[in-house]
Amino acid sequence: MSRINSAEELKSIRNEILSNRDPKRPCITLCTGTACQATGAGEVYDAFEKELKERDLEKAIDLKGTGCHGFCEKGPIVVIYPDGICYVRVQPGDVSEIISQTLEKSVIIDRLLYTDPTTGEKIVYESDIPFYKHQNRLIFGDNRRIDPKNIQDYLALGGYEALAKAICRMTPDQVLEEVKKAHVRGRGGGGFPTGIKWESCRNAPGDIKYVIVNCDEGDPGAYMDRSIMEGNPHLVLEGLIIGAYAIGANEGFVYVRQEYPLAVKNLAVALTQAEEFGFLGDNILGSGFNFTVKVHRGAGAFISGESSALMAAIEGNLGRPRPKYIHTVESGIWGRPSNLNNVETWANIPVVIKKGAEWYRGIGTEGSKGTKIFALVGKVNNTGLVEVPMGMTLRDIIFKIGGGIPGGKKFKAVQTGGPSGGCLPEEYLDTPVDFDELTKLGSMMGSGGMIVMDEDTCMVDVAKYFLNFLGDESCGQCYPCREGLRQLIKILGDITEGKGRESDIELLEDICTLMKDGSLCALGKTAANPVLSTIRYFRNEYDEHIKNHRCTAGVCKELIAYYIHAETCRACMICFKACPVEAISGWLRTIHRIDQEKCTKCGTCLDFCPPIYDAVSRVPSEEIPPLPPLGLQVKRLKGKK
Amino acid sequence: MSEITLKINGKSVKAKEGMTILEAARGAGITIPTLCHHKKLAPYGACRLCMVEIVKRGRAQLVVSCVYQVAEGLEVETESLKVIRFRKLLLELMLANAPEAKPIQRYAKQYGVDTVRYEIDVPNPCILCGRCVRYCDEVKKANAIGFVGRGQEQKVMFLAEVAADECPTCKKYLACPTQILQSIYKSQVMLRDEQGNQ
Repeated sequence: MSRINSAEELKSIRNEILSNRDPKRPCITLCTGTACQATGAGEVYDAFEKELKERDLEKAIDLKGTGCHGFCEKGPIVVIYPDGICYVRVQPGDVSEIISQTLEKSVIIDRLLYTDPTTGEKIVYESDIPFYKHQNRLIFGDNRRIDPKNIQDYLALGGYEALAKAICRMTPDQVLEEVKKAHVRGRGGGGFPTGIKWESCRNAPGDIKYVIVNCDEGDPGAYMDRSIMEGNPHLVLEGLIIGAYAIGANEGFVYVRQEYPLAVKNLAVALTQAEEFGFLGDNILGSGFNFTVKVHRGAGAFISGESSALMAAIEGNLGRPRPKYIHTVESGIWGRPSNLNNVETWANIPVVIKKGAEWYRGIGTEGSKGTKIFALVGKVNNTGLVEVPMGMTLRDIIFKIGGGIPGGKKFKAVQTGGPSGGCLPEEYLDTPVDFDELTKLGSMMGSGGMIVMDEDTCMVDVAKYFLNFLGDESCGQCYPCREGLRQLIKILGDITEGKGRESDIELLEDICTLMKDGSLCALGKTAANPVLSTIRYFRNEYDEHIKNHRCTAGVCKELIAYYIHAETCRACMICFKACPVEAISGWLRTIHRIDQEKCTKCGTCLDFCPPIYDAVSRVPSEEIPPLPPLGLQVKRLKGKK
Repeated sequence: MSEITLKINGKSVKAKEGMTILEAARGAGITIPTLCHHKKLAPYGACRLCMVEIVKRGRAQLVVSCVYQVAEGLEVETESLKVIRFRKLLLELMLANAPEAKPIQRYAKQYGVDTVRYEIDVPNPCILCGRCVRYCDEVKKANAIGFVGRGQEQKVMFLAEVAADECPTCKKYLACPTQILQSIYKSQVMLRDEQGNQ
């Protein structure tokens, strides 16, 4: 492929690609993102390839391995175009039937369809599935139409048109104004207005400036950046080039985690193709603008997602943050003005330029425009990546899109914003989700993690879990973060073990104040959120643990015990055999007893006891009823001979 | 360099552009407590004890004075209620680790911190202020000591081969604010040498 030298050439290339494609031609698209790969998408793809070859259908039917579709719960996902028939949890064994039935005879295979858990109805088309129906997939939607290794797919959908518009028909100032007018806010967590950040970087003194993509996604459970980078890398690159043009940078970096091998691979392919087509390099699209991109692979530290730490890492230094009284937009990599934005933020830019700021502002709330991708995980029926307009309520996201809580359990809390976010209870489910509303409630948007918790979750344990994560990931440079976290973890540990003191809550709050006011970077400043928000909304659980030594959710192992009721135990040996540590004694017809010394409180006995007997129960550890006498025999059931 | 006027605790103070608040304050005879700061070393901002309150664009905020640079018209309070509360909490946390360290004891007394609410399992008196590491790197350029590990596992460690040559003549390790470095040096370098000579 020769370089494209002007906006007109780009247009004609696109028309050429489109003229070679028949929109009515059947196309099998299969999600080959990391999550679907884990459930066997690779094998399914190979099976399709083999089957098409054997039936000599390679020329009649297209096969496309795309990036993540978002509905990871049901992967591997196959969508057959042009109709959009969607099959879920497809396995290699289903492939031959899909081709012989659906593609050759237009017969729908019922068993592979998605079943709505609430109505029991089978749904044929992708667009009718409630998980997709209520979303607005502005950024993420093209993932399912694009083979990330093929730039032609991206071009066919109008890719790089925004770039052509920006650099051939707009001045850098006009681009900047458009982004400012659209009121795009940083999707990485802070929610800082992107246009203002760009402007500061543009106005900062210095000839050499850098633009950087932050793909060092580290929040447990969040993976939208990875999925965009894997599934649609050109979208991010296009945004980056437009940004570089507006800011006046000729060099860019993509900082991507080494732990995202598919993202690293697809990004490298995309960069090579973008260079070949002339979207990178000298004199891009004949505009006279030059821009190159280097990839920096991160070594897996959560803290390296912090802007100054990330820049230190790119310089080759230890990835540690520095005090940012002088912002990185003025003095970043090698002391030069550097503009860092998150993957999702960059991916929003081509949309803004293509459709215009006015259009973009039509989506979202007063203070937050556009859409946001959330990683909806935890105790929710439809886990996956969901993209919704800013301002959708938590209830709609969790119940309409997420399909509610599995197993008929009750909703308890939702944790937004990753490890440094906060937990919100049921009464705030009708909160519209945007940057400002979540912050007001003591949580945050963060990078878009959304962990749903049901009634079996202990909120003190949740706070402890997130703090343990942050404790492991703190760089240890400043005193309040390092030692504050150490003490928080210790005190929360004591509380979950029933050793908490009544004064502990006040002490926890004091440490949180210290960390919020005094930590060097945002990790320490926000690390208090999980503790503060759980104290704020679930104070009664802390009190229960401290005063009554009880964990109502039955999670904290030191505070619970398992007990077999002699009256209902039928001495069936099921729990006896299932116990992994041989803590259960007894024999056939001899009532079983749990040795509390040996018991590790894994709950296997409770899970295995047949529901008709229901003889095992979880009790507070301080209230274990006395054990039945050794060797007690099961009474014969009445009426049995 | 142009001259700048700022206000510290209501008093007009002259400073040079590029100076930190701490330098400007000390120049005007106003003391701000510090632990990790050393005048020969680049600003670091790790111990956070030198936190002061400033008013920026009408909003009060806490900043570390050893890093934050002076600006024309800046208003600084070095002992505001918020600053004092912050320092008290911080010193209490420090006392939990380094109860024997003289400067921490002195500051704790100054700020009236007399009770420590934390349980101390194993005191780790090193507060990782990094003065030793930075001095050896920036001034001596010997790099005989460095940080090992990350986060809560982090500690300072002598590179014994280098330290055995450099440290006996330098002896700056005696200037550690918690006086723990000497025992670290003993255990990591001197004991090793003795064992090596046997």
